[in-house]
Amino acid sequence: MTAAVREAPKTAGPPPGRSRGSFRIGTTALVYAALVAILVVGAVLVAADGKNLFSTGNIVDMLTRSSLLGFIAIGQTLVILCRSLDLSVGYVMASCSLIAAMVMNGSEANVPLGIGAALGAAAVVGLVNGLVITKLKVNAFIATLGTGLILKGWLDTEFAGPAGKVTASFQQFGYTRVSVVPLSTVVMLVLAVAGVLYLRKTRGGHHIYAVGGDTDVARLSGIRTDRTIVTAHILCAVAAGVAGLLIAARFGTGSALVYDYGLDLESIAAVVLGGTYLMGGRGGIAGTVAGVMILAVLDTVFNILEVNPFYKDVLRGAIIVVAVAIYARRQLSARPSRVRFAGGAS
Amino acid sequence: MTEPLLEMTGIGKSFLGVGVLHGVDLTVREGEVHALVGENGAGKSTLMKILAGVHRADAGTVALDGRPVSFAHPVEAQKAGVSTVFQEFNLLPERTVAENVWLGREPRRRGLVDSRRMAADTAALLDGLGVTDIRPSTRIRSLSVARQQVVEIVKAISHDARIIAMDEPTAALADREVGLLYDLVARLKERGVAILYVSHRLKEIFDLADRITVLKDGRLVDTMDTAATNPDELVKKMVGRPISAFFPDPLPGNGTGEVRLEIAGGGNTQLDGIDLTVHGGEILGLGGLQGSGRTEIAHALFGVAPFTRGRISVDGKPVRIRSPRKAVGAGLALVTEDRKTEGLALNQTVLANARLVLDAVRPGSASRRAKRIPEILAALELSSRGTGQEVRYLSGGNQQKVVLAKWLATDPAVIVLDEPTRGIDVGAKQAVYGLMRRLAADGVAIVLISSELPELIGMADRVCVLHDGRIAGELPGGSAEEDVMALATGHTPAAAGPTTPQTPDGAAKGAQS
Amino acid sequence: MSSARKLADAGRFLISGSGAVYLVLIAIFAIIFANNASFFEPANLMLFVKKAAPLLILAVGQYFVIVAGEFDLSVGSLVGAQVVLAALLIDGQESRTWPVILLMLLGGAAVGLVNGLITTLLKVPSIITTLGMMLVLFGAIRLLTGGAPTGALSEGFRVFGRRGIDDVPLIGQLPWALLIIVAVGAAAVLLMRSSFGRTLVAVGDNEKAAGFAGTRVWWVRTAAFVLSGLSATVAGILVGGFAGVTSQVGDGMEFVAITAVVLGGVVLGGGRGAVLAAIAGALTVESLFTLFTQLSVPSTIRPTAQGLIIIVAVAYASRERSRRHTPHPSPKPPEPNRHSDVALSKE
Repeated sequence: MTAAVREAPKTAGPPPGRSRGSFRIGTTALVYAALVAILVVGAVLVAADGKNLFSTGNIVDMLTRSSLLGFIAIGQTLVILCRSLDLSVGYVMASCSLIAAMVMNGSEANVPLGIGAALGAAAVVGLVNGLVITKLKVNAFIATLGTGLILKGWLDTEFAGPAGKVTASFQQFGYTRVSVVPLSTVVMLVLAVAGVLYLRKTRGGHHIYAVGGDTDVARLSGIRTDRTIVTAHILCAVAAGVAGLLIAARFGTGSALVYDYGLDLESIAAVVLGGTYLMGGRGGIAGTVAGVMILAVLDTVFNILEVNPFYKDVLRGAIIVVAVAIYARRQLSARPSRVRFAGGAS
Repeated sequence: MTEPLLEMTGIGKSFLGVGVLHGVDLTVREGEVHALVGENGAGKSTLMKILAGVHRADAGTVALDGRPVSFAHPVEAQKAGVSTVFQEFNLLPERTVAENVWLGREPRRRGLVDSRRMAADTAALLDGLGVTDIRPSTRIRSLSVARQQVVEIVKAISHDARIIAMDEPTAALADREVGLLYDLVARLKERGVAILYVSHRLKEIFDLADRITVLKDGRLVDTMDTAATNPDELVKKMVGRPISAFFPDPLPGNGTGEVRLEIAGGGNTQLDGIDLTVHGGEILGLGGLQGSGRTEIAHALFGVAPFTRGRISVDGKPVRIRSPRKAVGAGLALVTEDRKTEGLALNQTVLANARLVLDAVRPGSASRRAKRIPEILAALELSSRGTGQEVRYLSGGNQQKVVLAKWLATDPAVIVLDEPTRGIDVGAKQAVYGLMRRLAADGVAIVLISSELPELIGMADRVCVLHDGRIAGELPGGSAEEDVMALATGHTPAAAGPTTPQTPDGAAKGAQS
Repeated sequence: MSSARKLADAGRFLISGSGAVYLVLIAIFAIIFANNASFFEPANLMLFVKKAAPLLILAVGQYFVIVAGEFDLSVGSLVGAQVVLAALLIDGQESRTWPVILLMLLGGAAVGLVNGLITTLLKVPSIITTLGMMLVLFGAIRLLTGGAPTGALSEGFRVFGRRGIDDVPLIGQLPWALLIIVAVGAAAVLLMRSSFGRTLVAVGDNEKAAGFAGTRVWWVRTAAFVLSGLSATVAGILVGGFAGVTSQVGDGMEFVAITAVVLGGVVLGGGRGAVLAAIAGALTVESLFTLFTQLSVPSTIRPTAQGLIIIVAVAYASRERSRRHTPHPSPKPPEPNRHSDVALSKE
């Protein structure tokens, strides 16, 4: 009897001629490979133009670009992993920049309070998003579009121009650099690492994957699915709030108009480019960071080459669509299926 | 003899007023393998779901170690030591083995998930069962179905389960994979775990079980020691229902006509050497266990997972069917096994569903042909609030009539019915049977796939029984249920001498290009 | 059927997910009337029609896509790109009007075709596909305008959005926009009653069942995207005529259109809702904006109202659905799956 199991690799093994997990490279590795490839191609193109992609200025440019989108995309990853999404992040970001700047109002003493107020407000928006989705059973697309619009109305009505003033020390967040690495990038990477740890090392993180992968399985396993979704939305909104703080630090003031950056949809694009499945349950923050970097490198390279932005947009769109198509294909071929009778077709 | 570990007494359950279980008693002792058998619809799955905390019993008590218990959620049952391995896999394909086993109760150290302990504990569980070829860090989706089943069982015992219920654990496994499961069961038994084992496969039951409980039509038939019975007797207890006047006789004018459907040497990854001919006016039954290839034949015929070998001809004309659209064009119709997911657009009206095939395949003449639909629905005695009612509000039987009407509207040459009476009431069943007889009298060729033996034998002129993707044998209509069961389970009792298939296996294995 | 039952049915319809929009619409018009009866003078009414027309047309296009279970986020940018391109190509010359309109229709259909084929054949979620298309089209607008649009629309082009048949008794001017809406609306209703429309809804409701019935699912969905592209083109012609050319034309219109459709009780995910209700949803959104103007609510607060309405409408509809839903005995309903071959792994 024991022998039967010991021999199982032979008897119950995958049918011959079909590749299985072991030697397929992971999606995250694939995204980083693509990032390296784009860096190499970009460097060559820039070099052909007589410039250096890896000059201090250019590296700073790439990293600075990536941090703002990075914050938002990290949060977006969490909600997409549990089969939701958040279209309100751009408005949350704008609101938080204003709240932070207005609460600080130029006073060093108010900096912690400003940060706290901004992130607290973000958390409330995330809570509302999560509750509308789970309790009122409103499709996440509509729910977060709705809360985003509500915020937009408030922003448009109350803030015609910039408002508030951050302190000089707080502006360091926007401009300090550790050699070539901007402080904001460091913070973004720290947040990314925290996110990775959350997903890997906490029950909440594990449950996000379970809820996104199969809500019924999660529920049958005793997971409180609603709470998981609400938590993910709160974390996502807070990450967008951090992006708002960065805006305030860079501009020195709060700005309502930053919601027009289109970061809501772009963050979704970065997340799926990073290999996270839009329908939840698969992917991670490491891939998202690579997705963000790919978009930032493209921007920088096209800027240096002074190519018409149209081609950049086309290339961006094409890269995202092709990447998702490739992931869909990989997923399809990776599905196990029982083969009783092999081959024989002509 | 040990005290009963589990005692279920007088369990009753009904869904939407339809009784599924009536006063069923079941006792399970420590360290025994207790088989639960019965035909489809006998109530086995419902009984298991009550035990698992998925459903609540309407009547009766469940006692564990003599203490009454009542589980409102599967997690409660698991905490009490009752784990269930359901037929549908309850695993997350994108997560690792360890993550799945400990889902919802991940071990923690200082507040963080202790991945190392999780992996070690999983490895220990796997090791304890003698499974050496599954690593805790492997993703579920890269495992074969058999190994996913092992993970399910590991997940079940990880709860320190004292009772593990398994619902047809071998249904999705190929014969060569079943050995793995046998060994697991033996090891669990050694540890004193009680196993409630639901299966259709007689060989397994006699190999594994200590006692057998037979259910029929939601009632307890008998509980007996395996040693004191034999397969023939068991099959009799499972099926022994008089074939009454329940099945209508063939209508006059029903002579077998020309060959309307012919499959020669059909095969794909799931099937091999399928040779079938169906004449006009004939009902061909396809029998076999779950997973034996019955539905696969229907799907191959209908171009969902086409044959990659062999030939199909309809009314003597060779046809190549690569999609359902082609199948409809060739004059085929398929009433699918799963009404809700494959047969109906539930939010649409009766009329919209009934004319869907016409709309999809013959848009030019759909409206003209759809004029007949009210007449067809009336002939099927559909009861609804008019053709404008959404089908999700209809009963199962009436929904099935809508599906039938959808296909009748296309005037098919061949109609394949996959479990056409599953989950519908007696009246609707009668309507389906009557319809089949009328269609046969009109010269339509009918293929009937059914798990219900009385239905298969009572309605079909001939029955082909499938086993593991091949035709195991052919029996005339009205044969004994035991003979069909024997062919389907691979068990050959002395009495049964299955006739050989009509066409020698593989005789016409011509490759189709 | 007795008249009492008819009345009860009508009542049920009005409070149902797709009927509620008509009630809301009537209520808003009533408030508008109470506030300012002159709104219902023909000239004002016709001005309202011209203003509302583009959104109504866009809602029709978005309806096709949503009812088939997809999204089209590219329509706003498509409207913008079409208008800018038209101005560039026509450059004020009357003779080019019709060839350019023809070209625009072809372009709109091509954009829809690309959206549809990428979504169906490459299995890219439509939200990503159309987002990518949106990026490309915004890029195209920037390429063509370089910041400020160049060229000009011809008078013949602008006629559709701003003029009409003059000297009609009673109402004065009958706007072309109204005729176009009526024509598009009627065509959409007829289309939804045709075999194509029926399979479209069936695909959105249950793709697998539609596939088993012989539907070419990929083609039906692609056609919905093509219709959406075409409707965006018509909306572009109207909005260009009514409001003229700026590089902001069409900005954010995709979300307003989705709001309108959802407000009409059409369910995201597909299979439920009527095209007339979607049009009514668009009319509701526009009339609400009119009401805000009347009440001197700052236009900046409109999004807040739009956001609240859309959440309340969907929450109401989903509450209605779950209340009327028959209980399902199985704790694990089968998950809808995009790939029909999954069926084969389980018998």
